[in-house]
Formats: sequence, C-alpha cells, structure tokens
Amino acid sequence: MIDVVNICKKFGNKVAVDNLSFSVAKGEVLGFLGPNGAGKSTTMRMVTGYLPPTSGTASIGGADIVENEIAAKSKMGYLPENAPLYTEMTVRDFLRFSAELRGVPKSQVAGAVDKAVETCFLERVYNQSIDTLSKGYRHRTCLAQSIIHDPEVLILDEPTDGLDPNQKHEVRQLIKRMGKEKAIIFSTHILEEVEASCTRAIIIDRGRVIADGTPDSLKARARHAGTVLCRLSGLAGSGIRHELEKIAGVEQVEVVEESDKGLSAHVFAAKARRADLSGAIFGLAKEKNLVLHELHTEDGRLDDLFREITKRDVES
Amino acid sequence: MFETFVSFLIPALVVAAIFVVLLLFVAPRELRTICFRELRSYFFSPIAYVCVVIFLIISNVITFWFGGALERGEAELYGSYFQYIPWYLIVIAPAVGMRLWSEEHRLGTIELLLTMPIAPWHAILGKFLAASVVIFAMLVLSFPVVITMNYLGDPDNGVILAGFTACLLTGLCFLAVTSVISAVTRSQVVALLVSIVLCLALWLGGLNPLVELLDTMRGPGLVFWPAVKLLSSISVMPHFNELAKGVLGFRDIVFFASFIAFCLFTTAMVIRLKRA
Ligand SMILES: Nc1ncnc2c1ncn2[C@@H]1O[C@H](COP(=O)(O)OP(=O)(O)OP(=O)(O)O)[C@@H](O)[C@H]1O
Ligand SMILES: [Mg+2]
Repeated sequence: MIDVVNICKKFGNKVAVDNLSFSVAKGEVLGFLGPNGAGKSTTMRMVTGYLPPTSGTASIGGADIVENEIAAKSKMGYLPENAPLYTEMTVRDFLRFSAELRGVPKSQVAGAVDKAVETCFLERVYNQSIDTLSKGYRHRTCLAQSIIHDPEVLILDEPTDGLDPNQKHEVRQLIKRMGKEKAIIFSTHILEEVEASCTRAIIIDRGRVIADGTPDSLKARARHAGTVLCRLSGLAGSGIRHELEKIAGVEQVEVVEESDKGLSAHVFAAKARRADLSGAIFGLAKEKNLVLHELHTEDGRLDDLFREITKRDVES
Repeated sequence: MFETFVSFLIPALVVAAIFVVLLLFVAPRELRTICFRELRSYFFSPIAYVCVVIFLIISNVITFWFGGALERGEAELYGSYFQYIPWYLIVIAPAVGMRLWSEEHRLGTIELLLTMPIAPWHAILGKFLAASVVIFAMLVLSFPVVITMNYLGDPDNGVILAGFTACLLTGLCFLAVTSVISAVTRSQVVALLVSIVLCLALWLGGLNPLVELLDTMRGPGLVFWPAVKLLSSISVMPHFNELAKGVLGFRDIVFFASFIAFCLFTTAMVIRLKRA
C-alpha cells in the first residue's frame, strides 16, 4: 500500500533523508524509530505529500504522491507531529470540517464524526473549543481527524505523545486493531509501543535505515539477547564470579552489582551452550550451597539495541 | 428612500445572492468547506468586527466633517466619499487578510490542509472569498451614507453603485496582495505591515504628480525608477477613478480581474516554494 523508493530530502546542503526505501503492505504496522533529528518526520511529510522529495518517489495504493496527488491523499489519514489544529473551532466543527475535506459523503459525515469521537474518547469535550482543551485531548482530536474517513493507509507521527498511560494503552490497542486491515506507519520514541503494536520496525539514523525487521528479530540483535541474568548469594561476589567463569562455554560475566554477600550478573555464553546455561548455573548454586534469587534468560531489549546502534553511529 | 433601496440595496443583495448560489451549487465542495470555515472564524474573531466598525466610523467622519458632504450641496459621493475609501482600504484590507495564510503557518495547520485531498486553488480561492465577504459586508453596511444623500438631494444612484463597485474591486486587489504576503510569513504583524506598504505603493503609483516629481528628481543614481514605472503602470488608482466616476470600462474590469488572478496564482507559487 505504501511504497517508498530511494527517497531523499535535502534542506540546503543538509541531508535530512538519505536514500530511504521501504514498503508497507496491508495488514502491516510499521514502527518508525530513530533519535531526534533522524529524519522520521521529514520522511512522513514526504510520504504524505506535504514536502516534495528532492529525489525518489513515494506512492500510496499505487498512486504517486507527486504525480497523482489527490488520489494518493484521499487514500490516507495523517496525524502530523505536534497535532496542529484550528484552535478557534470546537471539536465537533473541526471533525466535520475534516470529514468534508477528506471526502466523506455528505450523508455520512455525522456518522463518521460520531464514530471517530467514540474511537478516540472525545465525548466529554465534543462541544468544547479546541483552545481550551488539554494537550492529550488535542492530540486525540487530531488523531480522530486522521481516521475519520476510515482510510486504507494511516501515517501517524508520534500518536501517543502527551497521552496519559491509559490513553497510551488505548491508542496502541487501536493501532494494533486497525492494523489488521490497513497499512500503518507510526513513529515513536517509546520502544514498548513497538513491541505492543508493530509487525515490523525500522530504525533510522541521520536519514538512513540502520535496522529493519520484526520487533523480535531486532530484540535478538541486542547485546544482552540470549544471556542469562542471575542473582546469587551465600559467598563473596568475587568468588561467585570466579565460579561462574569456570562453567563450560561461558565467555564473559558482566557484573551488575557485587558485594561481599553475593552478586548479580549477566552471563554470556557461546551460542551453542546457551540452551543449558541456566541449568548449569542452577547446578552450581546447588553444589556450592548458594541461594538463587533470580535466574532468567534475556530476550534482549529494543532499548538496548537502539542505544547500541545509534550511539555507535554518533561516535564514528 | 424607496429609490435608494431599489437602486443600491437591491443590486447589493443580488450580488450577494448570486455569490451564495454560486458557492452553494456551483463551487466544488472543498472550496465551500474551506470558505465557510474561514467565514466562521472571521465571525468568531474580533478582527473582522473591529475592521468593519473602524471603517464605518472613519468613512462617515471624513465624509461629513472633512469631506463636507453636507455643505457641498451636490448630490454626489465621489468627491466627498469614494475618493477617500481606497486610502482606508490600504489599511483595512491587509488587516482583514493578514491571517489568511500566516495563521496556518503559525498553527502548523497548513500541514493538515495541504495533505487533504484537495487542489491547492480550492484553499486559496476559498480563503480569499471568505475575506472578500468581509470587505463586501463592510461596504454594504455603509449604505446609510447613500440614504442620507438621497434624503438631502437627488443623486444619480447608478453612479453611486459604480463607486461602490470600484471600492469593492480595489479592496479585493489589496486583499489579493495581502494573500501573497501572508503566505510568506508566519507573523500576522509582519504580513500586515508589509501588505500595507505594498498596497500604498500600488495606490500611489497611480498618483501622476508624484510620479512626475520622482521623474524630475531622477538622476543616474535613482535605481528604483524602473520600480516606480512598474508601479505606475499596474496601479489600481486610474482604474478606480474611471469606475468610480461611473464609467464602466471593459479594460478596467479586465485589469481588476487579472490583477486578482495574478496575485492568487502568486500565492499558490509562494505556498509551493515554501514547502520545498
Ligand atoms: N524545514 C527545514 N529546514 C531545514 N532543516 C530541516 C527542516 N525540517 C527538518 N530539518 C532538519 O532535518 C532533520 C530531520 O528532522 P526531522 O524533523 O525529520 O527529525 P525527527 O526524526 O522527526 O526527529 P524528532 O524525533 O525530534 O521528531 C533535522 O536535522 C532537522 O533539523
Ligand atoms: Mg519528528
């Protein structure tokens, strides 16, 4: 549904987006990650037709966003960064206005507005003027605007920004639910969100893709993925560390906390030995009469991967 | 009284009715939606009221106190009324139009508007029409002047109508200039000031004594002479004067229409360039 091919954007000499290509099919939810200034919003602005690309093309449902602008735009809903709104309007008027501009047939406008209000929990502020709304409600109003015509493609720039934890949860569920029959791209800085609602994630940095895959495959690339975290007591920390290092296949013991009563550490092992690593640690505890407080195999965390790959880039 | 009604208010109502019919039944839905939204926001913001009230006060004060409409004893409005109106419009039209695009830039809503499935000219024309309605309403609301004149004497109401038409078209030209400037900046104040200066230049360019004065001062160093020449050739003033005196010239109408069309086209170009 969304096809982006070799898209570039330069602001003067500065390259904001550098030869980005990706595509999103119906039923896919693509999480767009990256540090501040990576080019996420710029990419979305090009895909939605707000900014013309310097080179490359983007198309929505087969319609090119530059050549066949109106056809492409009518297939999509867009929530811009910072949720801009006409502040002097009421929520109701604003949603009616958006529905009309987005091409909802006259007879269905009222129904579409009601549905969007219900989906985004706006009943309480329905007749309130937008400039008196709190930030979260403004954001939800702008989100409602983007889904009002039930588009095939949704592009959401930080949809959960400024929402309370309950609303964040609701919006994630909403994205996940809608993702079943739409193609969705959303950007976020909250990595749990990616795990909660995405089928795929792209991490970009300085306008280039630096990681692309399902949330699980990305997590598996994190440094701690497959290591065992254990917390043991009953011996001095350094002694326990020494014992851990003696286990067959252990490559490294990374101490999280160490005292004269015990320690907690990440244990790294060669790939082939990972399956029985926790068993071996349990055996060690039994044999040396140590108390085992915690023992689990890490899946890896997106946070860690994100930090590793974007930090390395800063250093280089 | 009845005659005034027939000769001034009826044509005004007819124009308004044609406008409403065109907007409701002929204009594309997107254009209508944008125009109505803009009108609503004029309706709810003080700026339109302030402009209308100031315009009415100033135009009446000048006409009756300084213009000496009552002492003149002639039943015509050009000398005492219409010839001053463009001067107020130089300030009022930019004040009405300054928010058209600068507000969109400031709020960031331009990103919403331009990613809607609409052609840009729907937005540009819709907004321009909404601001035009304010100017139109302002001129229609000055009908008491016409009634007074009819009460005092027996003016040629056809000429008065031509005067109002000239004022309206001049106001629309200034509004079109403001539309271009407001697309450039996100600050309403900057849009207002720059537009006033441009409208003033556009108006003064038609003031022949001034142009001749500049011509006599012209030395080799006067680099802006071409600009003066240009301004005097596209000035609204001569066309306004012809029309306001009751001469309905085809060339004048064509001038106004093409001037407005050119400015709206430039607005589209500016919006396009700002994005890239
Ligand atoms: N209109 C503009 N003119 C010049 N530079 C710009 C413009 N818009 C964006 N940039 C630059 O392009 C780069 C990418 O910005 P962008 O807003 O896409 O980042 P982002 O990934 O959305 O960041 P954030 O997480 O902070 O929202 C930044 O370095 C920014 O300074
Ligand atoms: Mg951003």
